[in-house]
Formats: sequence, structure tokens, C-alpha cells
Amino acid sequence: MQQIPFLTLITFLPILGMFIILALPRNSEKLIKVVTLAVTSIQVILAGVIWSLYNYTLGGVNTQASFQFVERFTWIDVEGISWLGRIKVDYFLGIDGLSAPMVFLTAIVVFIATLSSWNIKESVKGYFALFLLLNTGIMGVFVTLDFFLFYIFWEIMLLPMYFLIGIWGGARKEYAAIKFFIYTLFGSIFILLAIIGLYLSATETLADGSKVHTFNMLALMDPQNYTKDGILSPLNPNNLRLIAFLALFIGFAIKIPMFPFHTWLPDAHVEAPTPISVILAGVLLKLGTYGIIRINYPMFPDITIQLVWWIALFGMINIIYGALVAMAQKDFKKLIAYSSVSHMGFVILGMAALNTAGLSGAILQMFNHGIITSMLFLIVGVVYDRTHTRGLYDFGGLATTMPIYTGFVTIAFFASIGLPGFSGFISEVFVFIGAFGVESIRIIAIISTLGILLGAGYMLWTLQRVFLGKENPKWAHLPDLDKRELAMFLPLTFFVILLGVYPSLLLDLMNKSVNTLIEFMFNSQAFFSVIIK
Amino acid sequence: MSEYNYTLLALLVFFLPLLGFLVTILLGKKFSKIYLFEVAIITIVLILSIVIGFFKLGFQVDERIISQFTWIDLKSAGTPYTSFIIELGIVLDNISVIMLFVVSLVSTLVHYFSIAYMKGDPRFNRYFAYLGLFTFSMMGIVLTHNFLMMYIFWELVGVSSYLLIGFWYEKDSASDAAKKAFLANRVGDLGMLAGLLILFTTYHTFTIDNVFGQIALGVLPFNSEFWLTIMGVLLFCGAIGKSAQLPLHVWLPDAMEGPTPVSALIHAATMVAAGVYLVTRIFPLFTGDALLFIAVVGALSALIPATIALTQNDIKKVLAYSTISQLGYMIMALGIGSYFYGYFHLITHAFFKAGLFLAAGSVIHAMHHEQDIQNMGGLRKKLPITYATFLVFCLAISGVPLTSGFLSKDGILAGALAFGSLTGHYLITVVGFTVAMLTAFYMFRLLILTFHGKPKDKHAYDHAHESPALMTVPLIILAVLSFFAFYSFNPTTAEKGWVFEKWIQTPESVVPESARYSFMVPESEIRDRKIIHSETYTKTVHDAHIPAVILSLLLSGFGILVAFTIYYWKKISADKIANSLKPLYKFSLNKWYFDELYDKTFIAFTMFLSKILNWFDAKIIDGVVNGAASVTRGFSKISGGFDTIVIDGFVNFSAFFSGLVGIVLRKMQTGKVQVYIVLLIFSIVILIFYFSR
Repeated sequence: MQQIPFLTLITFLPILGMFIILALPRNSEKLIKVVTLAVTSIQVILAGVIWSLYNYTLGGVNTQASFQFVERFTWIDVEGISWLGRIKVDYFLGIDGLSAPMVFLTAIVVFIATLSSWNIKESVKGYFALFLLLNTGIMGVFVTLDFFLFYIFWEIMLLPMYFLIGIWGGARKEYAAIKFFIYTLFGSIFILLAIIGLYLSATETLADGSKVHTFNMLALMDPQNYTKDGILSPLNPNNLRLIAFLALFIGFAIKIPMFPFHTWLPDAHVEAPTPISVILAGVLLKLGTYGIIRINYPMFPDITIQLVWWIALFGMINIIYGALVAMAQKDFKKLIAYSSVSHMGFVILGMAALNTAGLSGAILQMFNHGIITSMLFLIVGVVYDRTHTRGLYDFGGLATTMPIYTGFVTIAFFASIGLPGFSGFISEVFVFIGAFGVESIRIIAIISTLGILLGAGYMLWTLQRVFLGKENPKWAHLPDLDKRELAMFLPLTFFVILLGVYPSLLLDLMNKSVNTLIEFMFNSQAFFSVIIK
Repeated sequence: MSEYNYTLLALLVFFLPLLGFLVTILLGKKFSKIYLFEVAIITIVLILSIVIGFFKLGFQVDERIISQFTWIDLKSAGTPYTSFIIELGIVLDNISVIMLFVVSLVSTLVHYFSIAYMKGDPRFNRYFAYLGLFTFSMMGIVLTHNFLMMYIFWELVGVSSYLLIGFWYEKDSASDAAKKAFLANRVGDLGMLAGLLILFTTYHTFTIDNVFGQIALGVLPFNSEFWLTIMGVLLFCGAIGKSAQLPLHVWLPDAMEGPTPVSALIHAATMVAAGVYLVTRIFPLFTGDALLFIAVVGALSALIPATIALTQNDIKKVLAYSTISQLGYMIMALGIGSYFYGYFHLITHAFFKAGLFLAAGSVIHAMHHEQDIQNMGGLRKKLPITYATFLVFCLAISGVPLTSGFLSKDGILAGALAFGSLTGHYLITVVGFTVAMLTAFYMFRLLILTFHGKPKDKHAYDHAHESPALMTVPLIILAVLSFFAFYSFNPTTAEKGWVFEKWIQTPESVVPESARYSFMVPESEIRDRKIIHSETYTKTVHDAHIPAVILSLLLSGFGILVAFTIYYWKKISADKIANSLKPLYKFSLNKWYFDELYDKTFIAFTMFLSKILNWFDAKIIDGVVNGAASVTRGFSKISGGFDTIVIDGFVNFSAFFSGLVGIVLRKMQTGKVQVYIVLLIFSIVILIFYFSR
């Protein structure tokens, strides 16, 4: 339908920007920032164009024809390397209703993070070069449909993130960076193992009729492509599908982060500079849940359906545990970090429902949490920039000192606790409706509603400690938001309200894909049970 | 008027306050007079509500005008939904039209009153903006025709209430109270949410009429009447929170930290009445058991706060407890099937209680923010208008004849008496009458201590002066509305009045007849008006009317008499009574220790759990992670030693060996670029792993 390779553009534009920056002299800081801003702005425009050209009637998920903006050509094709046989890797990009919202989210959040990076002082050139590399990695994961490429993008993200935390971070930056790096790498190894297992267990029939092992995700979803004796083949009575599912799941769960794999998050967040926290919480965490929806669900529908109760249980633990631990924090940023743990729990719970309401709610929550939590980290950043402290008990009365700022804080906080009129409400309600509709996880859904009470508890308490009360004379001189900061908050606020009032904007876009995925999963599962008999 | 015109007007009434909020909050800093915009808007809203009410109640009394649109329309896969459609919309029927008028009238009066009361406040414009936000949210509750929208605006009024209670956020007590109010409401909302989940899972719609329709067809949640009861009770939980019923009532007295006009509007007349309104709106889906639960909650909430109000010394706290108690009355009335009087009392109470709070505001204003009635006294002479109106409101709330309160309260008591004799639940009857006596007593105690006797604080008294017209005129308007004539020509009963006869009819229950109160199974149809209650019930209520009037008059009269004896004539010393009943007195003074109980149980438990889990998170979970890291480091040290001695030796050997092999392998160079790329990529992957270990 189109000649322009939108997805390649939106993914690799940052790399181009990176090369431009690398070619610029070290001291032209202004220019470097402008280039980055230009790149991310074009990405936002591209995302807007993609949105406007998006066809709502195509489902995607498992057939190439129903994906959009598809670009596919052979990248690597090697005849027989010893026992591996022919290796064929495609450069295969495409989006559907599951990934499109994430592409939009990435474009928006990275753009805002660029604005937030404006007052980075040390080694500006290196920072923005890595920033753009990270940008490509994230975008790439969301648009790719080939497992090999997926893994490359997945790993590309890791390195810049390590340096961005490790060099531009706070007091314990080295510890946080290495912890982040090793923890996620640990997860990546599991993912890699599963990828290799899948690769070896399935074949794709090429146009010329020959069968080759494949990294094509869509081919790996089709149960008919599995060979009889593949270790991850449903046809193989001794298959290791459960183990492979868990390997992938853990790999992704670390990214979400899901209890008990979440402890890298508070450290990484506390040490990371504000814009990196924004990207980390706003987009990176969604890679985990996206991976599960994109890979675990359609490739292992049989296992997924078996484990739904457990997935829901971990969702609930994330919600309640995250909220309770958040409540005990004394550091503003750490509190927000734990609130992310809690709110990502809603995504997990919604996913477990395996119905339209639950899954739509989960994806919508991914988007909404991305926007809202970006706002929250920016909020911490604003106050940290001015005072170099983040202690919840060090402030008080900022509402008097910085009224406009407090206005945005109030919006973000109430959005975060799921107030109707803001986007978070819709996704939470959808998650609950979805999960409650499934008999086996009904109780879990009901217990999870406690999370919205606890959430209101710690957020309002924070609002009170930092912003209400008597003005603290120590901070009475603090200036209110400047124009750049307003430019960060306004677009996010706009989306929070827009999706709160008119959620169909995204729900309609993802509806067809969500249903395709669900139907595909149940059909595959039925197919499995037939062939096993 | 055509449906189109009604819808248009209703939407204006609905959204104009939102416009007022947005304009006032955004331009508040630039234009100091922008609050006038909000005041103008609310005045227009009042006029429009009157127009709607005039045409609807005057000419189209039996019509229900519904206007809706599809908000979310999804195709659905997976269990249990086949489609996923959520509609939003508004309904104009008699109860919503009357509420529209009540809300906009009280809101308008409070706006004008506040211009004088809030004069000089540094955040003057913001205050009016919040009032606009509140009015918008409240209109949403009043107009909605579906459960989800009810929940949405339910929470939105919660926020406006939060913002207004915490308006003077510099005071810790104010920000505490705001937080407490929001959280207590959220507890109730959780129940409501659970109810909504059951409802949507069963009926796949949020539209109230559709739900009723399906219940009437016999579709029940999980196919059982029991779950229908539970669903009703859970939905009612929302009302427990919002209408400050037991056990979630603790937030309302604290909410008095907000500016007094706000207390009048939100925490007396309108928002707290939303719970009652919710019950009237969804009345048909309650089973007999659910209604009994509602009646018990209402009765307890009428009684316990009334006993607390006896001993409080803060003028606003007394009124706050009295509000809970009166709301309990309304809830109880609905619970015993006395639908009309529950709703009617909501309206009469809205006017006289808003009046009481505004009058209290006038007193506080005159006394320079003194709220303790022990420091007042004798203000009758200084504040004649305030006093006169306060007296009218006191008479109304005590149920003295010729007042509106007499009409509504008497109906409730008659209903309670009939309910007792029909079902044997006489405790509810007893509570109803006891509360009538207690109310009369504490209200007159308040009146006497504030306005009669000698001034306790001479200095404050000397400086006290009557409030400006902006404040007294709203009082007079509300006082006038506290007379019977606006509701019925007959001062003894509302049953012959137009409100009862024409406007408000008890809707027929839709639950299976086996699950209803036995007296709520209709027997006959007369003309076009259905008889909802059984003949026995109608007769019993009719018979109960006269005894109820006599008894309630005696009890209220007794209460007033005791108040005068103790506080006016001082025949009995209040301290002496307090001393002789010390445990009871302390129990009442300390509000039955509800706050302490919650602090020591729920809050303490949550904080404890939070601390423990935080420790667990840092020490155990993260401890395992860090432990794994140090074990790995230990291993790497050992293998490092191994490396230098054994491996390196091997490497040196292999260097030699590879040189040998290289000679052999040179022949493998194929010249194919693809092979090189593959080898390159695999090498990179391997290298990454090697270096990142």
C-alpha cells in the first residue's frame, strides 16, 4: 500500500542522527541537541502519518497480509553451514494493532525525553549519540517481525542504556548500571535459548517449495510449521514447550519488571538521569509485556492458556506488593519506581484474562502508563533539578511556591490513581472487567482492586508531604516551570485527557488485532489438542 | 418542549459549569475578577434548570427523555462477552429534574455567599473554579442514565471534594482531612466497582434501563437471587462512602476543614446526598434482603452520629454529625421501601441543612473564624437575620409542624412504624423515633449556646456584626424554602401535595417477586398508575400516620424542652449529667472511637505490612540478587587463578597449534561474502556474551 518504508525510517532515522552527531565537533552542544530534537520530532510526525494511514480493519498477529507497512526482503541467506543447514534471515518489519500503540508511545516519550535532556551538561555528544542508538533499539523491537532482528534490537538497547545510567547517573550509578545490564542480559540469555529452540523446531515453506528453519515470527506461530521431532514442537510428546515458554516469560518478566525480578528497577531509576528514567519507565518496561503478547502468547497458546491463573496471580502480586512497597519509600523517585511495578501489574492481570476487555485494557494500560509515568518522572526531575534532593520529607508547601507545576502534579497523580476523565481509568476498568469475566481468575481480579485504594493512598500521601502544608522557607525562591518544561508537560497532559475522554481512539485501532490474537490462540490450542490425540 | 430542546438545555446545564471551571482556573492568575464568569455561569445554569423543571414537571410529567451515544464499541473475542458496547447518556425524569434544580439552586446561593465569605483569600479565583468543577461533576451524577457514568462522576465529585476540603492546604488538618475523605470514599467505591463488575459480567451493559429490563426477564448474576442481593449491596457501598454512612462516615466531620460554604454545598446538601440519589436511581434492582441491609445501615447511621452530635462543641461538627444522621434517615427510608419520603427528605434537607451551614458560616464570619460554641452566646442580638433563619432551619430539622422537615420526616417515621408492624423489625422504628428526639435536642442545644445566653467571649462578641446582604439573602431564600407551602397545601401531610401526587412515584421493583419485600408486590393497577405496594402496606402506612405524627411531635417537643431546661433555663447542669454518665459522655465526645479504631487496625496494619515488605524487598529479594552476584564474583576469582595457570598455558600451546591449523585451513577461504557475514555476526554475538559475563 505504500512506497515509503515508514518503519525503516522511523527506526533508523536515529542512527542517521547518531552519525551526524558523531561527525559534529565536540563543543557544538547546541547543534547536537537540535539534531536530536529534529530526529525525534520527525519520528513523532512519522508516527502521526502512520496513525493516519493505519487501516483499522486489518488484524495482523499471524499473517503477513494483515500486517501493515510491511517491509520484507532477504537479509541473510547462506547455504548449509555444517549441520545447521541453510540459514535464512529476513529483514522483516510490520505493525499491527498490538505494536502500533507502542510505536506511537515510543515516538512521543522519546521526544519528550529529548526536551528533558536539554540541560545535560557533561559529554553532550556521547550522551545524545547513545540516546539515539537507544531510540533505534526500542523502535526496532516494536516493529520487527523476525526473531533474529528482534534479538539484535533487544541487545542494541542494552548497551546505550548501560552507559547512559553508568556515566550520566547519580551517586551509585555504576552499581545501578551493572545491575541493570547483568540482570537484563541474564534474561536475554533465556530469550536467546528459546529463540534457538524455536528456530530448530520449525520450518517455513519458501516460495520455491523448499523448507528451511526460520526466524520468521509469523511462521513460528503456525502450529503446522513445526517438525515432528523438534524439541519445541507440539507434535513431539517429549517436547520442552513449557520450559521454553518459561524461559521467554522470565526473560520478558525481568523487563516488565515482574515480581520477584523487579529489584533492578528502583536502583536503575534512582540513579538514572531524568530523561533516561522517563524512557526506562515510559517505554522500556513495555518491551517486557509486549514481548509476552507478541511472542509467548501466539507461539505458545497451549502453555499460556494452562498458566493463565499463574500469570494473573503474578499480576496481582505486582499490583499489591508494588503499591505496599511504594508506600514505605522515603525517596520520591523510588516511590514512583515502585508505583510502576504496581501499575505494570495491571498490564499482567489484563493479559491473563485472554479476552478483548482484558487484553485491550492491558495494551491501553501500557500506553497510558507510559505517558503517565513519564509525567511522574519528569515531575521528580523538575524538583530534583532545582533542589538536588528527592527526599519526600525535605519539602512541603511547594503548591504555594510553584502553583503551575503543582497543577500538573495534581493531574499526573490523579491520572496515576485512575481517576475517571484521565486515561488510566479506562485501562484499569477494562483490565478489571476482563479479568473478572474469567471465572478462574475472578477472585484475583477482586483482590487486585485493592491496588487502586493503596495507589490512592501513597500518591495522595506524597502529594501532601511534598506539595501541601506550609511553604518551606528553604525552597521559597524556587522558580515555577519554564517554557521548556511546559513543553514537556503539555503534550503528555493532552494525551492523558484525550485518551481519558475518548479512549476509542486507541481501542478501535487495536480491537481487530486483539481479537485476532485471542481467536488465533484458542484455535491453535484446539488444533494442538487434536493433533496430540 | 421537544426532546431535542430538553437535551440541549440539559447538556448546557451539564457542561457550562465545566466551562466555568476551565476558564476560571486557566485565567485565574491573569484576571482577578474572573470569578464573576463562574458566578454568571452558575446563575445561567440555575435559570436553565428552572426552565427545564417548569416544562418537564408542568407539562410532560410522565415522560422520560433519554439521550445517549455510543462511547466505546468493540468487537469482542474470548469469554464471556460477545460484544463490548458502552453507552453514555443522560436521562431527564422527574427525580433528575428536581435534583438538577436543587443542585443548581444551592450551588448558586453558595457562589454568591462565597463572594462575601471568601473575600480576601489569596486563591479566591481558584476557589470558584473548584466550585464549578464540583457542580459539573454533580450534574453528571444527577443526569446519568448508566452505571459507568455514575461511577465516573462519582469519583469526580470525590476529587472536587478533595480539592475543596484541602483548599486551605497550608493547614495540616485540612490536607489530612482531604486525603481521608478521598480514601474513605475510595473504600466505598471499591465495593461499587465490584458491584459494577458483577453487573457488567452478567448483563454486558452499563445502561440502567437495560439492566432493569434483563433483571425483570429473570436474568440474575450467577443465576441466583443471593448474588443479586450481593450486587445490590456492593453498589450500595458507593453510597455508604459518598453519603458518609457507617462505617465510612469518619471523613465527613473532618471534611469541615474546608471553607464553610463548601460544607454547605458539598458536605450537606448535594454531594453527600448523591448516595441517596444513587439508591433512588437504582431502587428497582434491590432485593428485599438488600433493602433490609440498606435500612440497617441507614438506621445505624442515623442513630450513632446523633448520639455524637449531643456533645460536640464545634458548631460545624455538630452540623456534620447531624448531616450523617439525616442522611441515615433518608437511606433508612429507602431501605424500608418508603421511596418517596427518602427522596423528599433529601430535598427538604438539602435546603435547610445548606441553610444551617451557611448560617453557621455567617456566625463564624462574624466571630472571626471562631467555631467553638462554648465561646459564643448571645449572638441573637448581633446577628438578627442569621438568628431568625437559623431558628427556622432548626425547627425544620426538628420536624416542627408548618416546616418542610415536618412533612418529610413525618413520612419517614410513619413508614418506619408501618415497616415495623409489617415485618417485625421494630428496632428500626425505635431508632427512627429516638433520632427524632435526639435531633431536636442537639439542634436546640446548638441554637441556645450560640445565640442565647450571655456572650462567653466578650471581645469577639463586641466585634461581631451581621453579615452583608450577599450572605443573608441566600439564608433568607433557604429559610423561605423550609416552609411547607412549597411542597404541599396541606401542612400536615405531603401525600396530598403535588410533589407526591404527581412528580415522584415509587418505581416498580424488577427483582423476582420471591426476592422482594412481601409488601412490595403490586396487587392492582388503577388508571395508568401502578400500585407498587400491596394494599396491606398502603393501609398500614395510612394507619401509622396519625400515631407517628403524635409520637414524633411528643418526642421532638421533649427534646427541645430538655435542651431549653439544660441550656436556657439552666435548671439542670449539663456538667452534672456529663459527670454522672461519664463513660457514655466520653464515648460520645470521642465519637465512639471510630478514628482510633481505624488508626490502630486498618491503617496500622497497612503501614506495618508496607514496612515489612519494604524490608523483605531490600534484604531478601534484592539480597538474593546481590548474593548471586557475589557468588559469581567468587567463582570468577577462582577461575581467574585457574585461568592464568592452566588455561593460559593451554592458550600458549594452542597458539602454536593454531598456527599449524591455519596452514591447513587457508584452503577453506571460499570468497563468498554471505559466509563471511554470517561468521561475522555469530562472532559478534559470541563476543558480546564473552565480554558481558
